[in-house]
Amino acid sequence: MALLEIRGLHKSFGGVEALAGVDFHVDRDEIVSVIGPNGAGKTSFFNAVTGIFPPDRGEVLFKDRNLAGLEPSDITALGIARTFQTVRLFPNMTVLENVMVAQHCRTKAGSFRAIFRTPAFRREEARIAENARNILSFFGSRLIGYRFDQPAFSLSYANRRRLEIARAMAAEPDLLLLDEPVAGMNPQETAELIGLIRRLRDEKGFTVVVIEHDMGVVREVSDRVAVLDHGVKIAEGSYEQVAADPDVIEAYLGRPAAAG
Amino acid sequence: MTQPPDPAAAGLRGALRWGLTGGMIMVFAAAVGMVQVFDESRIVIHPVLSMGYLSLFWFVPLAGYLATKVKVLEGMTAPPTGLRNVMLGALSGLVGWGMLAVFTLLINAFNLRDIFVKLSPKLVILLTFGRGLGAGLALMALAVVLLSAAGGALHLLSRPWRRAVILAVEWVAIIALLESVFTQVLRQLGLIRVGRAVFDEGGVQWWAALLIAVLAGGLSLAGSKRSGPRRNRLREFLAPADSRRRTRNSVLAALAVLVLLIALPQLMGSLLSDLLANVGLFLLMGLGLNIVVGLAGMLDLGYVAFFAVGAYTVGVLTSPVSPRFDLGWSWWAALPVALVVSAIAGILVGTPVIRMRGDYLAIVTLGFGEIVRILFLSDWLAPTFGGAQGVLNIPGIPLGFTEVRGTNPQAILYFAVALVIIAAWVSWALQESRIGRAWTALREDETVAAAMGINTVRAKLNAFVVGAILAGMGGALFSAKIGSVFPKSFELLVSMIILVVVIVGGMGNITGVAVGAVVLIGVLGGPRQPGLLQEFGEFKLLIYGALLVFMMLRRPEGLVPSVRRSRELHADELTQDAWLDKGASVASTPDPARPGGEAS
Repeated sequence: MALLEIRGLHKSFGGVEALAGVDFHVDRDEIVSVIGPNGAGKTSFFNAVTGIFPPDRGEVLFKDRNLAGLEPSDITALGIARTFQTVRLFPNMTVLENVMVAQHCRTKAGSFRAIFRTPAFRREEARIAENARNILSFFGSRLIGYRFDQPAFSLSYANRRRLEIARAMAAEPDLLLLDEPVAGMNPQETAELIGLIRRLRDEKGFTVVVIEHDMGVVREVSDRVAVLDHGVKIAEGSYEQVAADPDVIEAYLGRPAAAG
Repeated sequence: MTQPPDPAAAGLRGALRWGLTGGMIMVFAAAVGMVQVFDESRIVIHPVLSMGYLSLFWFVPLAGYLATKVKVLEGMTAPPTGLRNVMLGALSGLVGWGMLAVFTLLINAFNLRDIFVKLSPKLVILLTFGRGLGAGLALMALAVVLLSAAGGALHLLSRPWRRAVILAVEWVAIIALLESVFTQVLRQLGLIRVGRAVFDEGGVQWWAALLIAVLAGGLSLAGSKRSGPRRNRLREFLAPADSRRRTRNSVLAALAVLVLLIALPQLMGSLLSDLLANVGLFLLMGLGLNIVVGLAGMLDLGYVAFFAVGAYTVGVLTSPVSPRFDLGWSWWAALPVALVVSAIAGILVGTPVIRMRGDYLAIVTLGFGEIVRILFLSDWLAPTFGGAQGVLNIPGIPLGFTEVRGTNPQAILYFAVALVIIAAWVSWALQESRIGRAWTALREDETVAAAMGINTVRAKLNAFVVGAILAGMGGALFSAKIGSVFPKSFELLVSMIILVVVIVGGMGNITGVAVGAVVLIGVLGGPRQPGLLQEFGEFKLLIYGALLVFMMLRRPEGLVPSVRRSRELHADELTQDAWLDKGASVASTPDPARPGGEAS
């Protein structure tokens, strides 16, 4: 049974059809890459699934539940968390707070308990901080220790990307949507992140969908690749199949002059 | 790369700029009638300086100093000081004098009183020191140029000496201006004779001023010899970078304030206690508004509405002569009802406005604030709330052994302190919880906060309701204190003043709001409540406005900023520093421009 099942997804912005009927599915414990040229509709696809820009038409079924009409926060609570193409941390919160805040939908102490500092509240706070430290230690020594109390904006670019992934992990999702996780990273960091994406599935049990431009990454991590162009899925399959697909080559490189 | 500025031209420009600013301030103070009103009301240093001349000339030495002040950045050498600083300072004074002289000649030659009510012949006499035009203007020139040259000469002094001089002037000003506090405290301590000797006609005697100046300056010099730089110790104490120490320090500061507040009412007498109770009342509401504006980032301009709801609920329930009911409840029974009603009002107002952002939210809350006031004023609700007559005869707060009400300001003050402590605890507890973190996240990036699982509508409504409850508590205290509630007490101006308290004090910081309330409400006074400087009366709002503009330009994070807020407001500088630091460390990564893929 598919974890995420999408049928006939449409979304237009004014006259531009960002998604023109996309069918797509993700099984549990898969790593799927979504690729395509600029403007193909990849990020719109993420936005439609997470409810930030709800689709005009089409169905999104997550764990057999229709996500139509749900708020972004409800969708996150159901188990989908994402990162953003342009890193969007809470820049003036500390590294630790960034991760703590993402556990909001997994915790429940209300104003009353917070004001009276009940034992349940203290336990929960301690658990939130503990979880956050554990998640950050997943990234090696980069985001721990003195970094906990640093404001997020002071991090290097690569660390910001890592912190964004950590924040998404803290929401305890089943499905993790990563929007260009290696953009702006150098080859060494990219190689490291490839290993990390695999570990996200193998050690943490997340199902992962990655939007990526770096074909090296796509080849290394994906069980399956879906190619979008002009809001339509033009190919799907293993990396080798997709890379050899003439439609995909045309979408990326254009039609050879002789054939046109 | 730009050329290094030509020092001569820069100096002239500075002198001209600050001279014009100083002249403008002098002309303005004279034109709005400050000089005249203050001159009649009070002496600052007996018998040489009246409040009027202080309001006229206070900026002149500052302008003289600023004229040649150069911001020395790291790696730059400070420009040499010398006669040049004094001359340019004097020049700035001359420019300012020119403006004031032209102004004096103008009002002397033409009768402008039909347009500007305050431009009377009396003002001309004041400006010319009563010596006639020629001699007066010459004397004025002498005074202004000497003052501004003295300001410029400050550059010649070494650092500790300069600090000593500034401190001496500051202390004389503080003690002279807050004469009423000192006389009162001295009287309570049985030292009334000392008070009589030192103070006269609302100011200090000249010899006492001299003594204070020498003492303050001497102590500062002695202190600077003993230890190194200690200028920002208080600020570091109140807002250190490390969050854990910050919490501890604020607890210590709060304890110190508490002890002071328990001792103070006994020392201060009823007039000053009443004044401090007003500070407490505004602090209570400031803390509530701080949750809405400072933490959750929603600009609420109609905050007074909840204050009114709390006050009216208590009034109607407790007053034996309330227009419709004759319940005569105890204040304690009415308080929970008032809090619940305020919370409901918060939900009612909050639900429609919460989906708006920024400016729209501000405008709509502004509207709601006025609607509530007009409803209480309306004929429709007059049978319940008394219309313009309001609700009268509201009893005080029964405490068994005594009744807390406005006629007993000390009791009200203690009670206000208790409520403020509760409000401060609530703010702190919520701030340091998942709810507070959600508010901060919302303020930083609403879309991402929603994508990270925060129900934005619920979180914002929560902030709105907590704010409304704290304002309702303030209202309950207010109606018991005053003994009557009228729609006139809940004007838009009250919302504005509370907001200014929060902004000037330091948004998002409990200590900051407290400092803001003490400085603004305590010293200047609230919308209807007199402050320590009572003579400001009609100019109060002018000062509020000027202070707000100054703060926005120079210190937008407030007097005691929250760490996060100042980060936000100075993000550019900080990121630049972070970037520079990064260049030095090895482990960090380069930050190449991202290749392609902007909007897929």
